[in-house]
Amino acid sequence: MSGTAGPGGAAPAGPEPGVLPGELVHVVTDRWTAPWWEAFAAGRLVVPACGACGTRRFPPTPFCPTCRSQELRWEPVVPRGRIYSFTVIRHAVIPPVAEVLPLVVALVEPDEAPGCRLVGNVVGVAPEAVAVDMRVVIEARRVRDGVAVPRFRPAGPGVL
Amino acid sequence: MSGGHPLRDRTAIVGIGATRYWRRGESRPRTPMELAAEALLLACGDAGVGVEEVDGFALYSMGFDVSLFAQWLNLDVRFSAMLTGGGGGAAGSVGLAAAAIVSGQADLVASIMTLQQATSRFGAAFAPGDRDPGAYRAPTSVESSFLQPAGLMSPAQMFALLTRRHMHRYGTRREHFAEVAISTRANAVRRPSALMREPLTLEAYLEARMIAEPLCLYDCCLESDGAVAVLTTSAARARDCARPPVYVAASAHGGAGRWGPGITWLGMPDEIFASSGHRPVAEAAWRMSGLGPADVDVALLYDHFSPLVIMQLEDYGFCPVGEGGPFVADGNIRWPDGRIPVNTHGGNLSEAYIIGMTHVVEAVEQLRGTATNQVPGAEVALVTGGPAGIPVSNLVLHR
Ligand SMILES: [Zn+2]
Repeated sequence: MSGTAGPGGAAPAGPEPGVLPGELVHVVTDRWTAPWWEAFAAGRLVVPACGACGTRRFPPTPFCPTCRSQELRWEPVVPRGRIYSFTVIRHAVIPPVAEVLPLVVALVEPDEAPGCRLVGNVVGVAPEAVAVDMRVVIEARRVRDGVAVPRFRPAGPGVL
Repeated sequence: MSGGHPLRDRTAIVGIGATRYWRRGESRPRTPMELAAEALLLACGDAGVGVEEVDGFALYSMGFDVSLFAQWLNLDVRFSAMLTGGGGGAAGSVGLAAAAIVSGQADLVASIMTLQQATSRFGAAFAPGDRDPGAYRAPTSVESSFLQPAGLMSPAQMFALLTRRHMHRYGTRREHFAEVAISTRANAVRRPSALMREPLTLEAYLEARMIAEPLCLYDCCLESDGAVAVLTTSAARARDCARPPVYVAASAHGGAGRWGPGITWLGMPDEIFASSGHRPVAEAAWRMSGLGPADVDVALLYDHFSPLVIMQLEDYGFCPVGEGGPFVADGNIRWPDGRIPVNTHGGNLSEAYIIGMTHVVEAVEQLRGTATNQVPGAEVALVTGGPAGIPVSNLVLHR
């Protein structure tokens, strides 16, 4: 993945503008979601697909919504996609968020997994320039050992 | 009173009661349960019944401790149930009361919401908490872990994502949301119980600070304290009460599996993503009541965020899906001359935010002919619960 933080990468020092401070990031997992987080922290973007009928779903849940099977396989997808929708957060719900505002939060569908929506911050572009359907690269932002969260960066001409 | 759905016209609302409304936290040192009891006593007075005749509770959104409440007021309880979920169940709590009455489990059922946002801020989603009991809390879950790391912590931010998609898909604009906020405020200006009584101009709307784009301050509802109680009984008994009965023509709650938790999932299929999640319950209510949008004289639509009023107008069929923006811009929701006056009481946006129960009160006042902003000759009212995760709900009332 074209991320800046794979395993062994250093976490940035001090609050990074445009992303939620790492110490505020809460990630808990269960046996259905842990494989996704483990893969992402290792730099691999995967989506869960039903082992019986192939229906993809996101986030990973214990049953296939189509056939109710619990068989699951993990399909790698290219970490590129487009913005499905977004918001620019201008108001800090809790005080520590104020120093990183504005936060652009986008839903991004990977090109190879339409309908599977990742949630992350958009960086590397002015909030005013963000738009629905904008093409982005999906990066893994390492927030602490073993935990990486999605971050999106506009796909420039040299990237795609 | 015959034929059709077994709930149709078998029950009626006979009493409404509300405390005054306060800005968030200002009702202290009263407790939320005290406020609830005050509202219930007012509703009993309105109906002309003794509070000891109340034998059922049909609540929503976590409700409150019915056992303690029964002890305080010395009430013998035969029915106590709650719709799951949050503000989506506001209108549906009256449907739950109707179901209890028609099935013979209770005779006089109270639906109550009490809110004191110093003790708990409803709508607080995924933010980390602190020691202030009124602060946002962090119920971290495996599901929230896919949203929270981006800073998505509050309903306004999540509904902003639905709103942006609606703008993209249908061409809806901020001026359309402004019309919802401005027309709702115009209704509140005339209403003594409203917390916001200064008129809102388009200029002020457009200059307001942004909360989560495209939502600005005036697109977001108030945070308030207060309590509201509604009493429902059988249609037969209703005719002996002090006020003219307001009949329950229909009430539906639920939603589609592919809507599910809605804003705390954000994976809904594209054809319903930019909606209120109400289409299945709207269909059910029209079927149950034998009525349709053309029959409705006044609509009390849950307005936590102004764009969701537009989406509900679409989902209930007042206009085609995607045309809600131009529909409101044409003046169609204005009191008194619009085709379908909306939130004549000032709504959650400008009167008070008691998680939607003020909308039920206003529907009853409209159908009794006693509303502040009366729709002349109003016969049928639609009330909705909050667009939210399943269940969302509604209520069709007639006089
Ligand atoms: Zn399957």
